Amino acid sequence: MGTVTGPVSASILEVRDLHVRIASRRGIVRAVDGVSFDVPRGGALGLVGESGSGKSMTLRAILGVLPAEAQVTSGEIRLDGVDLRQLRGSDINRLRGPKMAMIFQEPMSALNPVTRVGWQIAEGPQVHLGLSRRRAAERALELMRRVGIPDPERRFRAYPHEFSGGMRQRVMIAIALSCDPEIILCDEPTTALDVTIQDQILRLLTQLCRESGVSLVFVTHDLPVVAQVCHDVAVMYGGQIVERGEVRDVLLDPRHPYTLGLVRSAPDFEYVRESLVPIPGSPPSLVSPPSGCRFHPRCAFAEDDCRTSQTPLRPLPGGRFTACLHYERTLEAVEADRACP
Amino acid sequence: MSAIEIPPGPPGPEPASEPVLVVRAEGHAASRWYRQPALVAGLVILAVVVGLALAAPLITSYNPITQNLSESLLGPSRQHLLGTDQLGRDTFTRLLYGLRLDLRIGFIAVLLPFCLGIVLGSLAGYFGGWMDTTIMRLVDVVVAFPFYVLIIALVFVLGPGERSIYLAITLVGWVAYARIIRGEILVAKRQDYVTAARSGGLSNVRIMRRHLLPNVISQGYIYAMSDIVQVILAIVTLGYLGLGIPPPTADLGSMINDGQNFLSTHWQLTTIPGLVVVVVGLGLSLTGDGLADLLRPGQ
Repeated sequence: MGTVTGPVSASILEVRDLHVRIASRRGIVRAVDGVSFDVPRGGALGLVGESGSGKSMTLRAILGVLPAEAQVTSGEIRLDGVDLRQLRGSDINRLRGPKMAMIFQEPMSALNPVTRVGWQIAEGPQVHLGLSRRRAAERALELMRRVGIPDPERRFRAYPHEFSGGMRQRVMIAIALSCDPEIILCDEPTTALDVTIQDQILRLLTQLCRESGVSLVFVTHDLPVVAQVCHDVAVMYGGQIVERGEVRDVLLDPRHPYTLGLVRSAPDFEYVRESLVPIPGSPPSLVSPPSGCRFHPRCAFAEDDCRTSQTPLRPLPGGRFTACLHYERTLEAVEADRACP
Repeated sequence: MSAIEIPPGPPGPEPASEPVLVVRAEGHAASRWYRQPALVAGLVILAVVVGLALAAPLITSYNPITQNLSESLLGPSRQHLLGTDQLGRDTFTRLLYGLRLDLRIGFIAVLLPFCLGIVLGSLAGYFGGWMDTTIMRLVDVVVAFPFYVLIIALVFVLGPGERSIYLAITLVGWVAYARIIRGEILVAKRQDYVTAARSGGLSNVRIMRRHLLPNVISQGYIYAMSDIVQVILAIVTLGYLGLGIPPPTADLGSMINDGQNFLSTHWQLTTIPGLVVVVVGLGLSLTGDGLADLLRPGQ
């Protein structure tokens, strides 16, 4: 472990100008295109966006578990000051588990169907913490207790298919926590659960992370979930981050027309309005993305320069960022919405 | 979080805690195997055959290779249930010991290609790239020859004997297992639980051994159950062609061959060992099909 520590920084995770490309039959898909963000120690960052906006690919790139046809082409991923892209496979393996862990969307398919859940939880501690089988099993029981699985001594020997959906996701959380990671990457961990269970799982996750100071990156398309779990949020569209800032600022007072569209189309938010407004059009092709701002073909406020100019994230007052060239328009629309609910 | 904010009203009961365990699916493999007539019939046949083979020294007091030329070519009688062969050896005794040998060789000769094929198939499927190309081209080379041609050629080169049989059948038989397991691994390695295992920082070897193999190996078992029939037939065939176990050891194939010269006068010398091969093959086939039905996923 001594070989892979770097200078101490305020952020546990720094992603700089990350690019991920996927080779497909229709051409090269630029799934993640210049994404940068920081996750402070103990902080929680939400990544939101519609399907295919590059959220999950960003997570998988950080963890180094991209599918075979996808590749990180450039950028830096610094975990605790160490650039993960410079590490060899075996060194990264030593970080997965004790430094970073992942929770998946579908706990049923992310658990090995033929292994008893207790041993699936105990495997990480055995491999990474060098615990004996017996000590690892004790640790697994303790983790099962911590994530609220009743009667862990009996459940230890059960198989994933014998568990309910919520209990499976608790097992996933126990696996993620099993080696005391510093950051947990969550890929829509509650999407497959019904809402009452979803709430329990979110509370459990945030409580456990707060207790042990674990940072979170939380990918979802569910805005209320972001508001419940995260302090900061980054909105992704077409493989890029279009707006970033504190959750309260971004979701209540958007500065990008796409964020405004997301908020207007979400069924429950404190944002006052008469009816849901869908975003017209469909997500951009990432093989040949639109020129200029990628959102311009669907944007009500688009002007000529939106079709031609590059739109990097620009800082705004209040420590937030937007990629929109004409964010004042969004501001006006938000105020208009507020004025006549 | 619920979709609609509920106004604060009288405090309702806490949301019912979720069920922890779901009921085991009906018809779990262990509880219904005996309801399959084919499987039961196959297992009964196998039990009888294997029992007879194992208990050979208890059932008969004759020695399978000691000759007694004064009692050659006797018909069935109280002393010799199936008569004797041209060298005066008790046919029933030789049948039991031959069965014993052929079953033992058969099981070992299935196990070796099973292991080799599963290791190579896993490597090819998991790592892909040059490893996959190399292993699968080797498979193509072996598949290009008819099964028996290659086996007979190999045994001929290596010289008759038990070790040659193992070697020849392993070198030819592994390809089927490698293909099956490679295909299964190609599918399984894209599953979330493998990504989850990788994101848990497990080594490739551990992922293959602990996470992939347990999920795909049942396909190997299913094939092995049908393969063992073919292997036992191959061993008998080699014995019949004089390429099997050298005489005087008893083996069903050489017994069939030896008895051929006396087919018109002493038909039982050839026919009975042949029927035993048929019964063994039937027992193994029925068991294999039955097990395949039980192990096949989604049933």
